[in-house]
Amino acid sequence: MKTIDLSLCAVRNLNQALHEQVSQLDDREWVVTHPDGKHNLAVGVNAALSIDIQGHAGYYCAGMNQKATVTVHGNVGVGVAENMMSGAVRVKGSASQAAGATAHGGLLVIEGDAGARCGISMKGIDIVVGGSIGHMSCFMGQAGRLVVCGDAGDALGDSLYETRIYVKGSVKSLGSDCVEKPMRAEHLEELQELLNRAGFDEDPKAFKRYGSARQLYNFKVDNASAY
Amino acid sequence: MSDKFPPVLRESATFDRLTIQEIQRAAETGIYDIRGGGTKRKVPHFDDLLLLGASMSRYPLEGYREKCGTDVVLGTRFAKKPIHLKIPVTIAGMSFGALSAQAKEALGRGASIAGTSTTTGDGGMTPEERGQSQHLVYQYLPSRYGMNPDDLRKADAIEIVLGQGAKPGGGGMLLGMKVTERVAGMRTLPIGVDQRSACRHPDWTGPDDLAIKIAEIREITDWEKPIYVKIGASRPYYDVKLAVKAGADVIVLDGMQGGTAATQEVFIEHVGIPILCAIPQAVQALQEMDMHRKVQLIVSGGIRTGADVAKAMALGADAVAIGTAALIALGDNHPRLDDELKKIGSAAGFYDDWQNGRDPAGITTQDPELSKRLDPVEGGRRLANYLRVLVLEAQTMARACGKSHLHNLDPEDLVALTVESAAMARVPLAGTHWIPGQQF
Repeated sequence: MKTIDLSLCAVRNLNQALHEQVSQLDDREWVVTHPDGKHNLAVGVNAALSIDIQGHAGYYCAGMNQKATVTVHGNVGVGVAENMMSGAVRVKGSASQAAGATAHGGLLVIEGDAGARCGISMKGIDIVVGGSIGHMSCFMGQAGRLVVCGDAGDALGDSLYETRIYVKGSVKSLGSDCVEKPMRAEHLEELQELLNRAGFDEDPKAFKRYGSARQLYNFKVDNASAY
Repeated sequence: MSDKFPPVLRESATFDRLTIQEIQRAAETGIYDIRGGGTKRKVPHFDDLLLLGASMSRYPLEGYREKCGTDVVLGTRFAKKPIHLKIPVTIAGMSFGALSAQAKEALGRGASIAGTSTTTGDGGMTPEERGQSQHLVYQYLPSRYGMNPDDLRKADAIEIVLGQGAKPGGGGMLLGMKVTERVAGMRTLPIGVDQRSACRHPDWTGPDDLAIKIAEIREITDWEKPIYVKIGASRPYYDVKLAVKAGADVIVLDGMQGGTAATQEVFIEHVGIPILCAIPQAVQALQEMDMHRKVQLIVSGGIRTGADVAKAMALGADAVAIGTAALIALGDNHPRLDDELKKIGSAAGFYDDWQNGRDPAGITTQDPELSKRLDPVEGGRRLANYLRVLVLEAQTMARACGKSHLHNLDPEDLVALTVESAAMARVPLAGTHWIPGQQF
């Protein structure tokens, strides 16, 4: 196991060392100490590493992750796991805005709450939030699944494409073209599997499903007020 | 009315035929008009400037014999691997989706022959353009369609797009007829949707966040790639200052004459400012920060000739970018297509329905049969020829001004033909020392 102490070296050193694991794998287990809210920790990793960040992280933690499993023992700033392609990111605390933004794959688990625009423009990632999420979450969500064990803020799923959203608690309001949809057996099964992967002991039957009404997929004069 | 005074039809300047037709079209359809290209109205432009050739007070360089350099290095501020181009004319960002794969490949081929760069667009990087582009700039857009760290690492530079000249403040669109299986797959969208692109980036807001975003991309790419920031010209003085403060290596400034694949006509014609007045504001911002020539400035929006290239560089640009002109070089609006264009309600020289995918030139389409009409090798050859002409023309003018490199052109080599262009370009009205708006 390798330990990088960010009180002794720069973020550049951490990321360079992690990137070098693609060409020469020295160690699969990495621990980052004294992160102290620094930005851009473990970004652009492209190897099946296990990275433990022991404290709070700033913006874009685990951004564009490929293959790695990253655990943050604290809170994270804006854009955790943004544009992630694969792998897994777990936040033990809460996340700021744009968690999992535009991400194409992998699993993002936030044990606490997530701020506004959680899952904005998500393109295939699975996001499971133990607490609640803020307004405009899943705006223009294209693919993947978003699971919320708490409540959702205003304008959930505005201008949604094909992301499926599951919320256990209340939804303050739905965005344009986002509607509640029936929970069929395959959805209960899908949700159970996501909750299991996230390690949350919740009953899928307590959730509601939301998705796109697909009325804004093509421009229509009658929908002008929704744009 | 008597026979002595036959009726004269007087067209209203306010309600001219075009305006009447647009009101009638709007009343019929209930939705705004969408088209491609840039502004069609006449705005102050490089034609309103003249270069001052040498005579007694300056002496010229011998045409064809004395060297006039054309190369440019982009990204010298922070990047470990700046881009060294042979010519200062680059190909602007245009997406696969807006353009056919053949057109993208042709752009790459032409640019590579000429020793310059080409640029991806909304929707990601295709193997065709990466394979054929010696220098490829990868755009990082609000939609992040097709954004992939593997492609980020394959790129030679990264361009963070905040806006474009045809529609500063607006997001992109790609209508359903062009969202084919391949385009939809690259963008993770359902086939045939009218794709709406966001106008703001999803995970940062404002210049302080942009600095962190730029740092993230530098970290991901190990500080190797130059990072450009592209701005649609509206408030270039402030935008350039903020982009430089955020850490940009290169500023790309696109004026309102810059084209788009599809946007509302009203947006194209009424938002943003001409590139002529945007360049001096950007240069002033760079000079005040002691960053002129350290952060390179690429300008675009209506570049057509070597004279435009020379004048843009004389105003302080390090390089220019072309989009619409490059498509014309490939074969867009060619006279041989006139009959076919008339069948779809247009004509050669007028076609701007780039949004609807029926381009008989095979350029702004995803129709496989139409796309096949464009031979990427021949298209690349035509583009390379055009680029050569642009550079030869610019060199001719620079030599006449006594300059041994295009970068040595400066505002003192310019005068303006009109009061408006003198004020905007901040060069004297021809025959005077008067620069409107400035003390002298």
